[in-house]
Amino acid sequence: MSPAAAGPETAAGAAPRIRVDLQQVADLVPAGSRVLDVGCGDGTLLAYLTRFKRVDGRGLELSMARVRAAVTHGLPVIQGNLETDLKDYPSGAFDFVVLSQTLQATHNPRAVMEELLRIGRRAIVSFPNFGHWRVRLSVMFGGRMPVTPMLSDPWFETPNIHLCTVLDFIDLCRLMGVRIEAGFALDATGQRRGFAATGKRANLFCEQALFVLTRP
Amino acid sequence: MAPEFAPPPASAPAAPDLKMTLESPLVLQSGVTLSRVTLAYQTYGTLNAARTNCVLVCHALTGNQYLAGVHPATGKRGWWDDLVGPGKVIDTDRFFVVCANVLGGCMGSTGPKEIDPGAGKPWGLRFPVITIRDMVQAQAKLLDYLGVEKLFCVTGGSMGAMQVLEWASRYPTRVFAAVPIAGSYRHSAQNIAFHEVGRQAIMADPDWSHGNYLEVDKIPKRGLAVARMAAHITYLSEAALHRKFGRRLQDRETLTYGFDADFQVESYLRHQGYTFVDRFDANSYLYITRAMDYFDLAQENGGVLANAFKGTPVRYCLISFSSDWLFPTEESRAIVRALNAVAANVSFVEVESDKGHDAFLLDEPEFHQTLQGFIDGSAEICGLPPRLAKGPRA
Repeated sequence: MSPAAAGPETAAGAAPRIRVDLQQVADLVPAGSRVLDVGCGDGTLLAYLTRFKRVDGRGLELSMARVRAAVTHGLPVIQGNLETDLKDYPSGAFDFVVLSQTLQATHNPRAVMEELLRIGRRAIVSFPNFGHWRVRLSVMFGGRMPVTPMLSDPWFETPNIHLCTVLDFIDLCRLMGVRIEAGFALDATGQRRGFAATGKRANLFCEQALFVLTRP
Repeated sequence: MAPEFAPPPASAPAAPDLKMTLESPLVLQSGVTLSRVTLAYQTYGTLNAARTNCVLVCHALTGNQYLAGVHPATGKRGWWDDLVGPGKVIDTDRFFVVCANVLGGCMGSTGPKEIDPGAGKPWGLRFPVITIRDMVQAQAKLLDYLGVEKLFCVTGGSMGAMQVLEWASRYPTRVFAAVPIAGSYRHSAQNIAFHEVGRQAIMADPDWSHGNYLEVDKIPKRGLAVARMAAHITYLSEAALHRKFGRRLQDRETLTYGFDADFQVESYLRHQGYTFVDRFDANSYLYITRAMDYFDLAQENGGVLANAFKGTPVRYCLISFSSDWLFPTEESRAIVRALNAVAANVSFVEVESDKGHDAFLLDEPEFHQTLQGFIDGSAEICGLPPRLAKGPRA
């Protein structure tokens, strides 16, 4: 899973500094949008979007400790499980639904994707790329499950039960009839690489990918 | 709004007992009309010029309007003194805080122990059955009287949470933020059952005199004490009872082989029961427990709770406590689900505590921090001034 999030940015007027991969998500969200951050952690992204983009944001988070941290910072976050609780939200309630580095840890990624695109007009989804060359080499030459900067937990402790490659993800989108509006190839820190996630090199060279999806 | 209200009667006692009497009758949910309804209330802090900083606190079943500070007559601390006061979570330096004794109560508001002006004697059981909606309707009139069109926040625990939900559902444009704590949208079968035990205990006491005890100068002390003892158990948790008392004996070395209060827990409950009868009216207990039993916000909205909140502009924060088995977390979660179904702005936190339902009255730092965060965040969005950096919890 992703490294622990930094605390929400609270100093008004100070130059915002949030985790690079969250910044990538934030940059995709126009000011004033309605956003649901699924698996929002302690609300770092929500706090940023609320404060600097005047977003009407909500959060859903599994860990009660993180929910408390977010609510204590004044953010509208509820405790809940994305695999059972997304069905409560009405269709088209949000402009964007964000699922950052969590899809691979769900029991039914396809059903989750369906819900994201039902609730939101657009979904922003990021995940670690299991097709990255380091992962491939690790299995091929090490003969063991990969432990990389993106996949830092050993196999017996990882929450990731449905890992996929960038190509796998694109195939799923095609299967579901989902339109990919944009795809960004990112390195392990979340910085954009110089090529698109939908291109030929991405599946081998990007450590994580970030997609903007919509229903045609 | 002035013509609807009579000025406070000249005989009204000086502060701290503030009272407001409605000039026009209140039409109750039952259809009965109640004339000259009086609410006894307390205020803390100052209403700002724009009248935007009012926090209404709704009290629980046996609560009262004395929220904060020390009561000048009884010397007791207010029941939410941990939370309400200068520099505290509900900061009386920033907010104008109002708390009224509920309709049907026994701390100065119109209720069964007050004199029925039509009969010249206490209402007793001739008092009409009142509901949570009736309580809230009366509070809305009080706010009209105080010149508060829109509340910054309405909050309360237990029965107070029911009133908060009723407020947000019935007067969505008069509420900016709503914080129902340790509550539910409807009273469960188990909770109705516990209330029924309490009511039967009161009515089984011969001194209750078919509800006319005030007229014959009696008080159903034993019945009311038993009702309180049974209810008090539901406010705690097994863990809290065990930690506090275990099986320890009360002022003795061995069992007495009798029915004295051998155990500390028995002695404690008896004390809770007997001190309660000095401060609470038995008939009020019947009426207020009934109001809670009747509360069902889903049923009142065609069986779909979400309908109670359709298009709601209110910001909600629900708080529950992990060991509360009277109003368990699942009840709050059901409200959260209904609010999600209408895409409402909602926060929801379950606080870890082993103190049971009563945790909302106690010094629970995690609870206080959550409430503080929500209130400060809402105040910022509402354009109210931020909390000063100093203060007990800064």
